[in-house]
Amino acid sequence: MHKVLEVSGLSKRYGEGCPSCFEKTGPEFDTNICPDCGSVVAAHNLSFDLYQGEILGIMGESGSGKSTAVKCLFFDQEPTGGSATFYDQDQAYPLFSLNKAQQRRLSNHRFGMVYQNPHLGLNFDISAGGNIAERLLMSGVDHYGDIRQRAIDLLSRTEVLTQRIDELPKNFSGGMQQRVQIAKALATNPPLLFLDEVTTGLDLSVQAAILDLILEIQHQEKTSMIVVTHDLGVIRLLADRTLVMKYGRVIESGLTDQILEDPQHAYTQRLVASAL
Amino acid sequence: MSANEQFGFLDEYAKKEIRRTTLKAVAIPGYQVPYSSREMPMGRGFGTGGLQLTLALIGHGETLKVIDQGADDSVNAVNLRDFIEMTCPGINTTTLTDEADLIQSRHRIPEKPLREDQLLVLQVPYPDPLVVVEASEDKRKVLHGEADYSRLLVKLYEDIVKFKEITISHRYPTRINDHYVIDPSPIPRWDVPKLHNSKALVLLGAGREKKIYAVPPYTRAIPLAFQDVPFRVENFYDAKGNRRTCQRCNCDTSFLDEYIDSESGNKIYRCSDADWCEEQLSKNVSEKQLHEKVMLDEQAYDRQVETAPSSENAYQALDVPQSADEIQGVINA
Repeated sequence: MHKVLEVSGLSKRYGEGCPSCFEKTGPEFDTNICPDCGSVVAAHNLSFDLYQGEILGIMGESGSGKSTAVKCLFFDQEPTGGSATFYDQDQAYPLFSLNKAQQRRLSNHRFGMVYQNPHLGLNFDISAGGNIAERLLMSGVDHYGDIRQRAIDLLSRTEVLTQRIDELPKNFSGGMQQRVQIAKALATNPPLLFLDEVTTGLDLSVQAAILDLILEIQHQEKTSMIVVTHDLGVIRLLADRTLVMKYGRVIESGLTDQILEDPQHAYTQRLVASAL
Repeated sequence: MSANEQFGFLDEYAKKEIRRTTLKAVAIPGYQVPYSSREMPMGRGFGTGGLQLTLALIGHGETLKVIDQGADDSVNAVNLRDFIEMTCPGINTTTLTDEADLIQSRHRIPEKPLREDQLLVLQVPYPDPLVVVEASEDKRKVLHGEADYSRLLVKLYEDIVKFKEITISHRYPTRINDHYVIDPSPIPRWDVPKLHNSKALVLLGAGREKKIYAVPPYTRAIPLAFQDVPFRVENFYDAKGNRRTCQRCNCDTSFLDEYIDSESGNKIYRCSDADWCEEQLSKNVSEKQLHEKVMLDEQAYDRQVETAPSSENAYQALDVPQSADEIQGVINA
């Protein structure tokens, strides 16, 4: 199978840092704050591969570094160490050694991001169609008719009433805002999609519909995805493979079924046992 | 000006800084170069950016034209011209576009194409086109650096959605040399194409915002638009589809201003560029002669009427029926 993303040794530390930061934090120490210098080790030594059409789940409690990892890959934050290579159209891009313009180009053209809070992913001052147009315009499409048509296609694809294309997202329900956000992320047909807690805060039926939509996109477009969530149900439904994170470290990784049926690490066991 | 006052009001260091900034602006077309913008004896926002450029660039024996919305005699133009004349002894001023070496302008570019040896200075209130979509200057700088103007295009998109066309009337965002997008100062859309491959150097100075930028000669200046919704300039067609003409000079190719005639209350149109209007007026010689002939005929007619014998009333002399009875008589006959 075709490899899309290869991450090795990804680390992110907030604060000045000292040589003992990484040695004195982690699940064994029950903290991610360095006792010597007070720096926060949000993620350390994260390594994984992602293949075409695969959904990788990253699971863990709040503050375990799941979102940080994704934000580093989407260039929202700068990692402290490690490397990541993105394979696209027979080219390999070393993500963290690209310059800002190249990074923005990649995130505009080839990545998609859906945030937990639609406020982060959408501009609430412009219409739903305008939000989708923004991403298309970023990637260099400059034909109004084409943009309009694509926006209509995407909205009907994500089951947003196309008559509401010119309405402001603030008039939409939470579930619809999330759909518009997904439509926006899909605008450029990205081969790689990051989903950060996309269903958190939505009611169950809307959650199910959004998860269905995500699976449908995966099947049709062969889009690779990284799904960050603390919801075991989402992981079970979506993810082929899963990483379990705690205090910035990966404590367990493998096939989702394996992890959920036969958790090895004490924390994972507790997590699975506590699921309703 | 007393003998010990500085030529051009600014001290030599200030002028040197402005010239250096200008060079940088020309070297990086469309890039807003920050400069210190000295205090001038007038409020910021009254053209101090353009004024400082002019003062730093004009020299003895050179000819200056100052216009405000096309006119040489409106308040802003007159005051700036007076100030520059006062502080730069030895320069000439003119109202003729042809004769000027340096033209300082507010809100218009002269209708007459400029030459390579001329220089246009525009007064700019808001230099950054991105200010409407991004409040943070730090972020705007990044967007400019990466030539990411998608948000401006989104604004155009929303315009088309709402009004079926792009509704920006002035300050139309224009891409210079395929990278930086500038705010070309509040010139109407009509003037934007004049920036493209302009023969003259165009300098834009924002005094309050402390920025200088330039459209160098023979540089691409392309207004932002969509492939299928192209940029267009104002049209001056009336409801019947006829091009409106200047009421004064009859020109049908210039940018027109709309006035309300104080006597009749009707809308009338005149060239916005005063010098252009004057030139067209003197060019239309044949028409003018015709006009004069008509005037002469009328005068001769009036004289004839006045000198008509045995009558104090012109109408009587012309055998025009005067009273109701007379009119009735004419009809009966």
